[in-house]
Amino acid sequence: MLHIKCPHCGMRSQNEFSYGGDASVKRPKLNQEISDQDWDNFVYNRKSLRGKHLELWHHLSGCRQWIKVERDTSTHEIFRTMKANEDNS
Amino acid sequence: MTQNFRLKNIGLIDRNKKLTFKFNGKSYYGYKGDTLASALLANGIHLIGRSFKYHRPRGFFGAGVDEPYAIVQLYRNGETEPNIKATEQELFEGLEATSVNCWPSVNFDIGAINNLLKMFLPAGFYYKTFMWPKSFWYKVYEPFIRKAAGLGVASTRHDKERYEHKYEYCDLLIAGSGPSGLASAYAAAKNGARVILAEDKSRFGGTLLTSEVKIGNKSGKEWADGIISELNEMPNVVVKNRSQVFGYYDHNMLVMSEKVSDHLPKTKKFHPKQRLWYIRAKEVLISSGSIERPLVFGNNDTPGVMLSSAAKEYLKIYGVLVGRKPLIFTNNDSGYETAIEFKKNDIHSVVLDTRKDPHSEIIDEAKNLGIDIKNSYVVVAAQGYKKVKSADIAKISDDKTKLGSIENIICDCICVSGFWTPTIHLASQSGNKTKFNEDIDAFVPGISKQNEKTLGAANGVYNLDETLKSSFETGYELSKKITNNDNKVSFPNVIEKKSSTHDKFWCVPLPKGKNYKRFLDFQNDVAVSDVEIALKEGYRSIEHVKRYTTLGMATDQGKTSNLNGLQLVSSIENKIVPEVGHTTFRPPYTPVSIGVIVGREVGKHSKPTRKSPMHSWHEKNNAVFVDAGVWLRPRYYNQGNENLFEGSKREAKNVRTNVGVCDVTTLGKIDIKGPDAAELLNRIYTNAWLKLPIGKARYGVMLREDGIVMDDGTTTRISENHYHMTTTTAQAANVLSHLEYYLQLVWPELNVNVVSTTEQWAGAAIAGPKSRDLLQKLFPNSDVSNDGLPFMGYMEGDLFGIKARIFRISFSGELAYEVNVESDNGNFMWEKIIEVGQEFKIQPYGTEALSTLRIEMGHVAGSELDGRTIPYDNSLEGLLSKKKDFIGKRSLTREAFIAEDRQKVVGVVPLDKKTSIPEGSYLVKDSNAPLPNPKLGYISASCWSVEYDNPFSLAILKDGKNMIGEKLFVMSPLKNKVIPVEIVSSHYVDPKGERVRS
Repeated sequence: MLHIKCPHCGMRSQNEFSYGGDASVKRPKLNQEISDQDWDNFVYNRKSLRGKHLELWHHLSGCRQWIKVERDTSTHEIFRTMKANEDNS
Repeated sequence: MTQNFRLKNIGLIDRNKKLTFKFNGKSYYGYKGDTLASALLANGIHLIGRSFKYHRPRGFFGAGVDEPYAIVQLYRNGETEPNIKATEQELFEGLEATSVNCWPSVNFDIGAINNLLKMFLPAGFYYKTFMWPKSFWYKVYEPFIRKAAGLGVASTRHDKERYEHKYEYCDLLIAGSGPSGLASAYAAAKNGARVILAEDKSRFGGTLLTSEVKIGNKSGKEWADGIISELNEMPNVVVKNRSQVFGYYDHNMLVMSEKVSDHLPKTKKFHPKQRLWYIRAKEVLISSGSIERPLVFGNNDTPGVMLSSAAKEYLKIYGVLVGRKPLIFTNNDSGYETAIEFKKNDIHSVVLDTRKDPHSEIIDEAKNLGIDIKNSYVVVAAQGYKKVKSADIAKISDDKTKLGSIENIICDCICVSGFWTPTIHLASQSGNKTKFNEDIDAFVPGISKQNEKTLGAANGVYNLDETLKSSFETGYELSKKITNNDNKVSFPNVIEKKSSTHDKFWCVPLPKGKNYKRFLDFQNDVAVSDVEIALKEGYRSIEHVKRYTTLGMATDQGKTSNLNGLQLVSSIENKIVPEVGHTTFRPPYTPVSIGVIVGREVGKHSKPTRKSPMHSWHEKNNAVFVDAGVWLRPRYYNQGNENLFEGSKREAKNVRTNVGVCDVTTLGKIDIKGPDAAELLNRIYTNAWLKLPIGKARYGVMLREDGIVMDDGTTTRISENHYHMTTTTAQAANVLSHLEYYLQLVWPELNVNVVSTTEQWAGAAIAGPKSRDLLQKLFPNSDVSNDGLPFMGYMEGDLFGIKARIFRISFSGELAYEVNVESDNGNFMWEKIIEVGQEFKIQPYGTEALSTLRIEMGHVAGSELDGRTIPYDNSLEGLLSKKKDFIGKRSLTREAFIAEDRQKVVGVVPLDKKTSIPEGSYLVKDSNAPLPNPKLGYISASCWSVEYDNPFSLAILKDGKNMIGEKLFVMSPLKNKVIPVEIVSSHYVDPKGERVRS
């Protein structure tokens, strides 16, 4: 079970969180013209990366904040965690 | 029966506490502190069971967790448990156990005929034999194999015992309380670290309990006892016996199972039988020790052949002799230690050492004691069927390939030692890359992946001095890193006898003309010849060899057999062992009961049960409950002898003619506040929300980004910046997460807060033509007329002094209202509604009537909004705003979603107006068409229309828009039904929706 540092609550066990997928995906702006391909990429197409991955987790049974977690998908090493509004870079 | 093999003056058992127990129906006695194994051996019992495949007699091989043979069916306090290791089960008064895998008895087992047929049962036997004919597998082969094979029998009764889960954090978790565990725990604890020390046995100390050493001026056991009593006094230390750390998971999470009550005749009141610990440790020290390896020779599975360390343990801890004429067969000095212990108790043993001319302090001591030692000697085969009677021995050539002439030597047990295998399971589970250590012919931990270190014998270090030094040092260093303290304890002086190097020899060649079975895996009956066949047949990977031969696959997971198997594969393949590699170590290290894994989440506790504030009223009024997600909701209220069908029909009819009341507390409720609340709703819902006036409710549909309907419900504007959203019962949690996702990640600029208020409000839906009359009486000071409170209107009211929210919304299609009060007042509200409603013939109605009412009105719900349908499919396309964008809108233009013949919700009526239509049935054009019969749609919900008194269903049907009036067939292969039906509008009752506005 992973041990995730929630930027709001501190180190908490994985069973308090739910996984939210790739954090680098940006929703296209409302009312924005967008091609079918771009929209499909946003809704469906994800890379299944091996290695460093920036992802979203929802601290569901804690502070209910969505957070960003940089994790290695093969070793489960967590490099850093960020608040939702913190810059990814 | 008397304990003929119990010695008088040796052992750690409590001789003042005599315990009686039964094995295979016969009574025996032992002492407190015995295991079932030691108590049986004290009584001279060596025949415990039959082997898995050949049904050969089985005795005891080890004295602990590594035991491959002595598996019994245990009876305790009226319950039974299979696959219990007799070597681990502590004796208690009244214990009963029976042999497994034998019939009719362990002494005369019919299955032993397999032993005579063994040439027909080679490796991969099942794969090769039971292939044909295919239909025989289920009917003939499988039932037969299942009966013939297998170990104990699981109870089919509900387990009444209680199992608990516990979460714990610590600085250092130390697995194993042998010398390295005790030393590191002591050093770390003295330096202020929070330590958990876990020992799987009942006694602490590991090998210190049986080895002849001095630490300071104390014996090993005295030193261990001293450390443990000091640790027990320290507030920063948790010391646990009977606790097996069996799994090492990510981020230093380890799982331990504690056998709290298994050693007692029955579990104490309010105590668990077992407890599962989830331990998050900053650092882990693995001090799990090592397991002695067998030597491989003919008939080495005969009862009486056992590990020399086990013989020593039975002697020194339990005062039990495993034999009076022991033969000791060893390739290292450990065998001599056992011989010396025997000698001290006046038992004369013969030692066969495979080495030519070994020298060490231990060997010298044995020589001085006059022990008979034969160098360059091996056991060729054990003789005897149910117990060792003698051994064929021979001299072996220096290159270990040629045997001298065979001699027979009388003995009643053969104690074997093939050197020691470090227990690296936990280290390997943690992700540690193990490496092969040529000096000890075994794998040891290599590079750590997590914060873990392995100490002592588990790390391949077999001398006490070095073990204690490195363990003290490691415990100190790690604790210093964590606590920043610098409190170092002094290191004791160690006296131990030095040993010489072991012989790499492990497998005795077969003598000419003999084909004795030489077993590698004792529980699964895998012999040297089976592995040879597997390799001849082309299996190369050790993982494949394992699965084909079942080597190492039994409940002991090859604790005694893995390394010898690897040695064999590598010698046949002419590879070195590290090239062959080892199979993967996976948790659990040793079998763990399902009960302790499940914990307290069993039966009705497997999920939380949520009840509305009116629950006790429902109970008192004969409600029959149904699970609705985690909620318990009344399905119908039983009157007299009526069944579900009659009861729900009565309730639904009463709503259509008079007035009914339904508990709708379970609906999800979300409070939305903030200046941008309307903007949020406008983006989340498909319809327009910016102009909703205060005091008005609106129905809304929300989509996922892929265009599929996520949920529906009404949202009411309570005040300028305050909205009250309702969701379906099932989706309440998901909708809240959905809103939080967009507010926190996509539109952080919106100034809105959302919070769940599901539990804060109790809700009652009042529906039926007389509902307004009832409402007026409940709220005499409010104007609830059609003008005062129009359809989709909202007001606050005073319910006999209680603040209430009144919504004019309808799910039943009737004139209807929903009243919400604070949860604490829910029961008051409900009783008032029932009381005042008497004159209007009010009846409560449950979820079944609720469904009937919505289905015949054509209102879609969870069974249509099932995660596969878009708004058009549910005839909700009128709610899609063309003027604004919303979540999921872009997806609705996908080709399949705008296809001409897109599926749509329709009504379905059986032509005979009598036959009920099963939910989930298919709709087809021709019921006699050849398979696969093209499926046009499916029945999503069915009811008995109370309005028309005939069955009515909703269906999602291909090209539903153009199918009204068509005659089709409903097919239910599950219920074996074919029903001719007519497709009608989904709005079966009141298609214009006049009643709700009346």
